[in-house]
Amino acid sequence: MFLLLPFDSLIVNLLGISLTVLFTLLLVFIIVPAIFGVSFGIRKLYMKTLLKIFAWATLRMERGAKEKNHQLYKPYTNGIIAKDPTSLEEEIKEIRRSGSSKALDNTPEFELSDIFYFCRKGMETIMDDEVTKRFSAEELESWNLLSRTNYNFQYISLRLTVLWGLGVLIRYCFLLPLRIALAFTGISLLVVGTTVVGYLPNGRFKEFLSKHVHLMCYRICVRALTAIITYHDRENRPRNGGICVANHTSPIDVIILASDGYYAMVGQVHGGLMGVIQRAMVKACPHVWFERSEVKDRHLVFLLLISEVKDQKKSHFTLFCVLGTCINNTSVMMFKKGSFEIGATVYPVAIKYDPQFGDAFWNSSKYGMVTYLLRMMTSWAIVCSVWYLPPMTRETDEDAVQFANRVKSAIARQGGLVDLLWDGGLKREKVKDTFKEEQQKLYSKMIVGNHEDRSRS
Amino acid sequence: LGSRASLLRLYHRFRALDRNKKGYLSRVDLQQIGALAVNPLGERIIDSFFPDGNLRVDFPGFVRVLAHFRPVDDDDSGMRDPKQPEPLNSRMNKLRFVFQLYDLDRDGKISRHEMLQVLRLMVGVQVTEEQLESITDRTVQEADEDGDGAVSFLEFTKSLEKMDIEQKMSIRILK
Repeated sequence: MFLLLPFDSLIVNLLGISLTVLFTLLLVFIIVPAIFGVSFGIRKLYMKTLLKIFAWATLRMERGAKEKNHQLYKPYTNGIIAKDPTSLEEEIKEIRRSGSSKALDNTPEFELSDIFYFCRKGMETIMDDEVTKRFSAEELESWNLLSRTNYNFQYISLRLTVLWGLGVLIRYCFLLPLRIALAFTGISLLVVGTTVVGYLPNGRFKEFLSKHVHLMCYRICVRALTAIITYHDRENRPRNGGICVANHTSPIDVIILASDGYYAMVGQVHGGLMGVIQRAMVKACPHVWFERSEVKDRHLVFLLLISEVKDQKKSHFTLFCVLGTCINNTSVMMFKKGSFEIGATVYPVAIKYDPQFGDAFWNSSKYGMVTYLLRMMTSWAIVCSVWYLPPMTRETDEDAVQFANRVKSAIARQGGLVDLLWDGGLKREKVKDTFKEEQQKLYSKMIVGNHEDRSRS
Repeated sequence: LGSRASLLRLYHRFRALDRNKKGYLSRVDLQQIGALAVNPLGERIIDSFFPDGNLRVDFPGFVRVLAHFRPVDDDDSGMRDPKQPEPLNSRMNKLRFVFQLYDLDRDGKISRHEMLQVLRLMVGVQVTEEQLESITDRTVQEADEDGDGAVSFLEFTKSLEKMDIEQKMSIRILK
């Protein structure tokens, strides 16, 4: 007993000191910049270092494989087949040219060989397509030191195992507690901040404070996930008024977008921690959280909000529909349709994740929310790109559904066809048809020409 | 059927497409491929994996269809033993594969009706029925030699004899 006492206090002291140091570091390097929206560039440096380590790890594995005279299985992120990026017209012309000796003029006609183009393109997608590649997180060119993503276990030398072990240690014992602490800080600040702001009388000052409280807390959460975000085309960022539409709306996406803009959100009421956060947020900013049962009244509130948003001079926020992809019922459809019907400006946003650092895709049938968050927090980082697409408005001869599809196509074009899997509300079929139609239009031009030619003959 | 590395790649691809880990692929698995679904001939291409009313395709079957698209190597044609069955990626077999995309009822002939159907798939609603019919009639006329109003496999190959099929219908798998 006697011997334990001095050790005890020593350990306690050490613990105390390290905790203080940790918290000071946290404060200075993470939270303060988050408050002011400034970045030290630490995360980018971190990312570069990690990339170098990954490349080194892959080299070691290759060496290990060579020693055993085996071929290392290296998944290619750029595709496993040789593709030439040419357009439909060029390819079909090429095919026709190689088939006939007669001079090829531009008269529209059909050849039996045209079918080769579609056949080959189809086979190419069966061998290799963006979407399936994206979802099999194992398809990484260099191993990212996460055991979740390794195919070549037998080639790992001792050094690599040590490195991997170190990685595990760092991720679980250093990064994870840090991130949880940050997340905790961020969320509690959000709850407390918005509740306090809620007591103020309505007016410009309240809005100003609310905006900054929201932004600050989301920025802290972004750092809690070590999300390294690259923004493109920031000049198209949703301004006051208008509705923001994104291709993913999981909680992580909400955090990523909301850290760069002030949004009022529409979504379903959740229980537990999420519910507490939602209730607090609503005091400072007019978010709309609806319960499945009270959809009708909420719908009215929603319409009011939308009409406010239409009047660009009045509102200082943009509406953002956080409806979630796990829900798929008529009330959700109503809100979604409403957003497109109303005639406000729509700001499409495309989000794309880089799977090399951590797979942000939430397969809600496989993992629950907590498992998902834990997976996120024990990966190296979340690297993503956000594209702000130019705003779109509904044209006079379009109905809501056509407009919605136009927006979706624009987003899918930027984010890749991956996002055809987006959302269960508006029918997925329609977006596919739009793309298919484009190809059919291009091809028809080749065999019958366009309207002017037709009327002449 | 291909080098070991390419087979391995195709095997991983097969596994990635087989989402529920059943060990075989069904039509739905192929229909999930977004880029295939927007191909005007997507359904027909999927059909080629499920001949004779099959509902499943296993890995050997998968490879057998894709083997049609293996690039033709020069040494293949030189050293081939004439008693061995023709390799799947020969010119004849590639042509046969495409022919079957047209010839739905597998009667060995592309009737006017079948030609119309394929054309309709490729142009969607962009072309009127009359225009499509006139195109079909002209095409069948040009290719039809024995005057039976349909294009047989021989007539098909004849009209495409100058085409560099080997190159146009090959997909090279990266090493």
